[in-house]
Amino acid sequence: MTSILQVKGLKTTFFTDEGNIPAVDDIDFHLDEGEILGIVGESGCGKSVTSLSIMGLVPNPPGKITDGSITFQEEDLTKASEKRMREIRGNEISMIFQEPMTSLNPLFTIGNQLIEAVKLHEKVSKQKALHRVIEMLKVVGLPRAEEMVNEYPHQLSGGMRQRVMIAMAFICNPKILIADEPTTALDVTIQAQILHQMKELNRKRNTAVMLITHDLGVVAEVCTRVIVMYCGQIIEQADVNTIFQSPKHPYTIGLLQSVPDIREKRSRLFSIKGNVPKPGSIQKGCRFAGRCEQAHDRCFAEDPPLYKGDGQGHQVRCFLHESIEEAHHVEDTITSP
Amino acid sequence: MLTYTLRRLLMLIPVLLGMALIVFFIIHAIPGDPAQIILGQQATEENVEALNEQLGLNEPLYVQFFSYLGNILTGDLGESFQTNNAISEEVWPFLAATIELSFVAMLIAIVIGVNAGIISAWFQNSWFDYSAMLLALIGVSIPIFWLGLMEQWAFSVELNWLPSSGRENVRDPVEPITHLFLIDTLIQGRLDQFVDVVRHLILPSVALATIPMAIIARITRSSMLEVMKSDYIRTARAKGMRMFGVVYKHSLKNAVIPVLTIIGLQTGLLLGGAILTETIFSWPGIGRYIYGAIDARDYPVIQSGVLIVATMFIFINLIVDLLYAAVDPRIKYH
Repeated sequence: MTSILQVKGLKTTFFTDEGNIPAVDDIDFHLDEGEILGIVGESGCGKSVTSLSIMGLVPNPPGKITDGSITFQEEDLTKASEKRMREIRGNEISMIFQEPMTSLNPLFTIGNQLIEAVKLHEKVSKQKALHRVIEMLKVVGLPRAEEMVNEYPHQLSGGMRQRVMIAMAFICNPKILIADEPTTALDVTIQAQILHQMKELNRKRNTAVMLITHDLGVVAEVCTRVIVMYCGQIIEQADVNTIFQSPKHPYTIGLLQSVPDIREKRSRLFSIKGNVPKPGSIQKGCRFAGRCEQAHDRCFAEDPPLYKGDGQGHQVRCFLHESIEEAHHVEDTITSP
Repeated sequence: MLTYTLRRLLMLIPVLLGMALIVFFIIHAIPGDPAQIILGQQATEENVEALNEQLGLNEPLYVQFFSYLGNILTGDLGESFQTNNAISEEVWPFLAATIELSFVAMLIAIVIGVNAGIISAWFQNSWFDYSAMLLALIGVSIPIFWLGLMEQWAFSVELNWLPSSGRENVRDPVEPITHLFLIDTLIQGRLDQFVDVVRHLILPSVALATIPMAIIARITRSSMLEVMKSDYIRTARAKGMRMFGVVYKHSLKNAVIPVLTIIGLQTGLLLGGAILTETIFSWPGIGRYIYGAIDARDYPVIQSGVLIVATMFIFINLIVDLLYAAVDPRIKYH
């Protein structure tokens, strides 16, 4: 499979009064055509900043991409002009956000906002655009599409609004969809429907999806590959089966253990002790060392590189797994899949 | 929208009634016998009594109120003590002068104020933002009479660019039709007079626009900053929209409600007649009309003047309320 997006050494820093905060610190990954890649991690680990960096929407000031490259179809997006980025946004790479309740403009009709999305990228008449909008709304499972185009966001439920957002994201047939916690604000039954919808569109239109979430259940359900992020870094990546069956990084193991299992009788849910450190507060050593039960002296002194894990493409940033490949560095191989 | 408008119009009835009641009682609370004042110190007891009878001032208060109400509803505002003319006929030229001046002043204030606020928010913390907000601060702080005098000194006396006072060239007066001179001169096709009227309008309207402009700029800026942080603005950008469209379409419509409120209040204030500005620029507006009446204790004129100004204030607010609903589909009258 060819990769459609390559992120190399990406660094996004926020310059604040309290110092420079590297929200995303030297991350490498790739997204293959038509796959669903999950990016998992706690709040503040840099998931959303990664996606905003790809879109070129990092709030500036205070944020800025300070290093690295984002290659989309042989074009480095970090060097693209604002005009070029506008052509890409919504047309080739589109995005769905977490809050369906606030992500649509309350003062414009659904039709108006969707037609706008079409007309920004294609020279079509308003009538044709409207026709396409209605079609697309039906595709995402909104039956009253003809009436809905004249309605305002406040007249729809959260689930319907998220479907409208999905319709908006897919209307120009993008090559990549970035979904930033698309189901977090929805209740469980609606969550499943929305995920199903995204998976369906991914399959039918061969759109690559980058699914950002903190919900491992969602990952297990739809993703083919998973990246686990912690404190601005990628600490483990593998295909979804490997992550769930033989996780390597103590943080990933902890994350998986803290998912409640209905078959087990446990009085207390497992939790990783301590709190997520502030990005930039750890200068040296493994960022997870302070919370890790298996940490040793070296973890506090040196930055662990990414080591090869079990399966194909499995990588883990932990000294405990140095022995697997006898300290074989894999940093170079990750960028050329 | 239609039911909202109808309901809002129905709401006007109690408000207008209440206003008429307040105006009526305030005037009656003023000490002194109106008949005595009309007739002067030398009037005999019998004459005063006869006039009281004639004016209906011997009737109980509620009877007087209802006859007053009946009069204003039929458009009869009484007669001026000074000129003995019907106020309803006499007041319009003054009102027209004020409306024309306020309209031009608000136009300047809105166009410059709103845009300055938008650009300040768009380029927050830029040199434009800092200088616009500094100017706005100066604008709200500056005493209007001083600004007016400085304008006259600079542009009329020193540079001799613009006339210092009045509404028109007194040697070539405008033939009044509507008394709104901008319209009258255009109807008559007198372009030379139109230009002259515009030249007369510039200095007073700029002086009058200063405070509303500064307030509008500041409110627009803070409202825009709030809106531009919201999720739907990020959505609009993620669609691939230009910043100009994001700012002027998606943000402005959401930010405009507090701005409308301020515009409504400020317009109401200006229509009340800016006595200072009208005095400095010898503008024959409603402010000076009422001021003159107060000077001469011309009670019917004061009463009618207050009534007219308050009514206009209420109608401006009505328009603002209707605009809210036109802008925001979520606003419903409950």
